[in-house]
Amino acid sequence: MTDETTLKDFISKIKNNEIDVVEYTYKLIEECKKINKEYGYFNTISEELALSQAKEIKIQLKQKNKEIKNKKLLGVAVSAKDSICVKGVETTAGSKILQGYKPLFDAFVIQKVKEEGGIIIGKTAQDEFGFGTFSMNSAFGIPKNPFDSERSCGGSSGGAAGLSRKLGNHIAIGESTGGSITTPASFCGVYGLCPTYGRVSRNGLIDFSNSMDKIGPIGKTIEDAALLMNVISGHDKNDSTSLNVKNEDYESYVKKSIKGMKIGIIKEAFGSGVEMEVEKNVYNGIEELEEEGAKVEEISLELPIKYGIATYYMIAASEASTNLAKYCGMRYGASEKLEGSFNEYFTKVRSNNFGEEAKRRIILGTFARMAGYRDAFYLKAAKVRTLMINEYKKAFKKFDALVSPAVSILPPKFSDIEKLTPLQHYIIDVMTVSPNVAGLPHLNVPVGFEKNLPIGMLLIADHLQEGKLIQIGSAVEKGK
Amino acid sequence: MEVDKKLLEHVAGLARLKLSEDELNKFLPQLKETLEFFSRLKEIDTGNVKPSFHPVELKNATREDKEEKCLSQDDALSLAEHKKNGYFKGPRAV
Repeated sequence: MTDETTLKDFISKIKNNEIDVVEYTYKLIEECKKINKEYGYFNTISEELALSQAKEIKIQLKQKNKEIKNKKLLGVAVSAKDSICVKGVETTAGSKILQGYKPLFDAFVIQKVKEEGGIIIGKTAQDEFGFGTFSMNSAFGIPKNPFDSERSCGGSSGGAAGLSRKLGNHIAIGESTGGSITTPASFCGVYGLCPTYGRVSRNGLIDFSNSMDKIGPIGKTIEDAALLMNVISGHDKNDSTSLNVKNEDYESYVKKSIKGMKIGIIKEAFGSGVEMEVEKNVYNGIEELEEEGAKVEEISLELPIKYGIATYYMIAASEASTNLAKYCGMRYGASEKLEGSFNEYFTKVRSNNFGEEAKRRIILGTFARMAGYRDAFYLKAAKVRTLMINEYKKAFKKFDALVSPAVSILPPKFSDIEKLTPLQHYIIDVMTVSPNVAGLPHLNVPVGFEKNLPIGMLLIADHLQEGKLIQIGSAVEKGK
Repeated sequence: MEVDKKLLEHVAGLARLKLSEDELNKFLPQLKETLEFFSRLKEIDTGNVKPSFHPVELKNATREDKEEKCLSQDDALSLAEHKKNGYFKGPRAV
């Protein structure tokens, strides 16, 4: 099942009936169940949906339907982070408050995947609403690192990244608000691409921080990530923040020469606070880029590294506290016995069903927006955000991409993570929060292993330059 | 700024959360530590800088004011636990 053929080969075998799509999907679901027992990557395996999709594809192939041969993902298993709505399949975003919620519609990205013949195999484990770096803040199970089950696979799209590593012929749909695609991708040794804000529609995504949430692919290879990007990106009139720009062929950037491209090494992202093994491997990756003909130079970016955490968490918590106001036990989601006043009822539903980190962030965000504190916290962060965007924009006048470690540490043990205070936990996101604040596309590229644990390099590009990231990322892969 | 138990309870109340005594004792030092760290934003001069509420410039997206297909009443109610005569049923308002 997990033989290392490329997805392209797999898809053509499905199209030519060399692989029976129903039989294959049936076996694949069994494998998912097995993997899930050991690693906990799924909140839900959508067996019924997957098999009905496979059967439909088989019928179309039998009827020699002309269109079926053009489907970009025919028969390919696609998983979705649990915060992405799939019609009729339990969608919880890792929260008890949404336990049992079965959406009445498909998210835009799910519609696109289905249209292209992708088979939805399930909903992957995550931190509650995306609130975490290690996928440990969940009302359900905690996913385990594919290389060491005592360690975290990162978060918040932890299940997506772990499954990408373990399962063949599969691509995951992840979501990032402050690093939730690239961090788990780094900890699991896979490629995670977080697109420009607005490049992929958020319609049907359970929101955390609406000015920062982005859906993107996680795959075993850069080709897989590029293929899924081709399917899910594009304008959607049902998302008012969706960018109305031309579609691109991201696959065409794979293995394109990077000769002459300029790459900036973010000076502040190396040295103190970064584990030696991480730094060494990221530098190896940078050397590979130089060998492929890229020009590399150091650049100082003070705001993103020094002030990124505070800026990000103020904005993210503020937006989260308003977005989560809708969970009140009325129209969908958890409810309680109907008694008491409005406020008493809502308070009961919310206090009994939100997890600890969700409560902390709601309180932090409510505080930051409160009269008397709003100017000093929320508004201040929004102004620093402007300065940060300007600082990046200036850098991109000179550079095609910027580089840093994806995370400054190796995947930690669960027992060590439990000792962290919330602030110490937030600070782990230092490399990833700022490109997210600025809405910039960024990519995790695996660059090596230490102590049998994977290390990732983070590439950041200007708005809408996902193609460049794929181009540069595939140069490193080639160099391996 | 004095962040104490009373303020924490007040903020939680605004967000319609009731914290247990254990939660209050746990969250208070955590919130203090976090806010103290975030106060470093004060170091940055943002004099005439305009705030950004989005990372990219966006135009208002509107659609024509025309009726479109939407969820049926039955579908809309299908996920609610409390309902009556085709309506959502909520707690008493008065």
